[in-house]
Amino acid sequence: MSTAPAREPSPGTELIATRAPGRPSVRWWRRARRTPALVAGAVILGVMVVLAVFAPVLAPYDPSAQDLGNGLRPPSAAHWFGTDQLGRDIWSRVIAAASTDLRIAVLAAITPFVVGVAVGLVSGYAGGWLDWVIGRVVDTFVAFPFYVLVIAVVFAAGTGERGIYVAYALVGWISYARVIRARTRTLCREGWVQAAYGGGLSHPRVVARHLLPNVLPLAVVLLMTEILLIMVAVVTLGYLGLGVQPPTPDWGTMISDGQLFLTTRWWVPTLPGLAVVTTGVGLSLLGDGLADVWRLR
Amino acid sequence: MRWVGRSLLAVVPVTIGVVLAVFFLLRIVPGDPAAMILGERATTASIEALRQQLGLDLPLGRQLGDWLVGVFTRGDIGTSLVTSQPVASLVASRAGLTALLVLLSVVFTVLIAVPLAMLAASHKDGPLDHLVRVVPTIGMAMPTFWVGLLLILVFGVNLHWLPVGGVGTGPGEPLRSLVLPALTVALGMSPPLVRALREQLVEVLDADFVVTLRAARLPSWRIQAHVLRNAAGPTVSLLGLNVAYLIGGTLVIEKVFAINGLGALLFSSISTRDFPVVQGIALVLALTVVLVSFLTDAVVALLDPRVRAA
Repeated sequence: MSTAPAREPSPGTELIATRAPGRPSVRWWRRARRTPALVAGAVILGVMVVLAVFAPVLAPYDPSAQDLGNGLRPPSAAHWFGTDQLGRDIWSRVIAAASTDLRIAVLAAITPFVVGVAVGLVSGYAGGWLDWVIGRVVDTFVAFPFYVLVIAVVFAAGTGERGIYVAYALVGWISYARVIRARTRTLCREGWVQAAYGGGLSHPRVVARHLLPNVLPLAVVLLMTEILLIMVAVVTLGYLGLGVQPPTPDWGTMISDGQLFLTTRWWVPTLPGLAVVTTGVGLSLLGDGLADVWRLR
Repeated sequence: MRWVGRSLLAVVPVTIGVVLAVFFLLRIVPGDPAAMILGERATTASIEALRQQLGLDLPLGRQLGDWLVGVFTRGDIGTSLVTSQPVASLVASRAGLTALLVLLSVVFTVLIAVPLAMLAASHKDGPLDHLVRVVPTIGMAMPTFWVGLLLILVFGVNLHWLPVGGVGTGPGEPLRSLVLPALTVALGMSPPLVRALREQLVEVLDADFVVTLRAARLPSWRIQAHVLRNAAGPTVSLLGLNVAYLIGGTLVIEKVFAINGLGALLFSSISTRDFPVVQGIALVLALTVVLVSFLTDAVVALLDPRVRAA
């Protein structure tokens, strides 16, 4: 993936970039290390992922162990994030929830990524009536408020993880399709795409071997934004009671359970939200950083 | 006039698409909607009765035909399973409050986003610009409902400035109750808008006419006024593009602030598994979005003769 953009030099800035010494992957790393947004994003996200993956080992307490005599305690040395109404350690629950919510966000992002990039490429390359029809389908989906569509599908498919996957597979491809289609159309006007086809390559080969590597960096940048969106959506659905169901720890349900104590025990609803924001900032910095390294702006 | 014709050419297929999509939305998922509505303890007989009531026993083509004829000729978008009221009147009874909240959110969004974008664009690549670009990165990562809770904590509980839940009655009270929720939605809405608007403004500030105005030694506030006029079109069209997002965010925020609008109706219909109401709300909101997008395009065309000519 990291070598993809360099393999197909396009006119302009990319040519200058390829003149730097070293193999493409080495050059990529050199540039990446000098992009502060990318480094910061990778570090933040890396920490969150480590916390999520090793949550069972790192959690000081069992995330579901209740201690009713010790409920609603403020943050302290023993309980970094305090305890909730059932005396459960909020820090342990926050990192346990990280593994639930991050896993769902990443898994739910895969199908829309593949479908959206494929639809965008085909729509942009083929043009004509196919492009028109896909354009109208996209317009139709865009007309639905995101949460209304997701909530309706979750309602039909059932609450919980399954509903989220179905809902996202249905609506998530739109943004890729739009962006990749526009990019593909621009690329198709460039000489080398026409030359590739004129040189005797088949349509599928032009799309898969020449256009795809050129749009992939853009799609990966978008993927970061989408994972962020899905994570926020999973948390929001959890808050609404339509997402991850208890007793599985989830940031959204933690916030909604804690909302009752907002006025008197602020740490119960607010600290899980801080975990969402931290992860989200990591993701958007990573996306911005990748865009900088690949010179997409 | 050519412009109107071309826009309608895009609006009509999307309207039909939305009506079709709503029909298939709740039917694409494998399984029987009637069984899903009644839950696990339903008997075969009660499921069969509900299937007949909803018309689910008819062939799919016939169901689709009935749905299309109902929607397009009578404006009939279904009947609530719980209250037996027409969905249209249920939606109408709640839509006012939600519409007010959306409008107020738009006002706040403009008040937040336009000055910030101006500030960033006129200090391009300076520290202020970087600050205005970093803050939205954080803003985008915040779930709006959580921002709502923070605002309640700060303005409602600690400062006692504003009501924190429900909608008050009495003169001016409803509007006062909607300030915090609208501000929440606006804060969620602003980050992408600030970014996009900044790009537009940077372009306008580089335009020849601005250089001429500067050369003519026009006072800076008068130049700003000219720039703002040129930014009005992009602002309106960006708001139009994001109206779906805006409405979705509003529904979620209703839950945080206990506002009895369309969002509340949606969530209560979901918990009572009132399938036609969920379907009807999705339809009405999507059609609203289509209409608003069309209208914003029209406003942009009115504001900018170049769009009309293009």
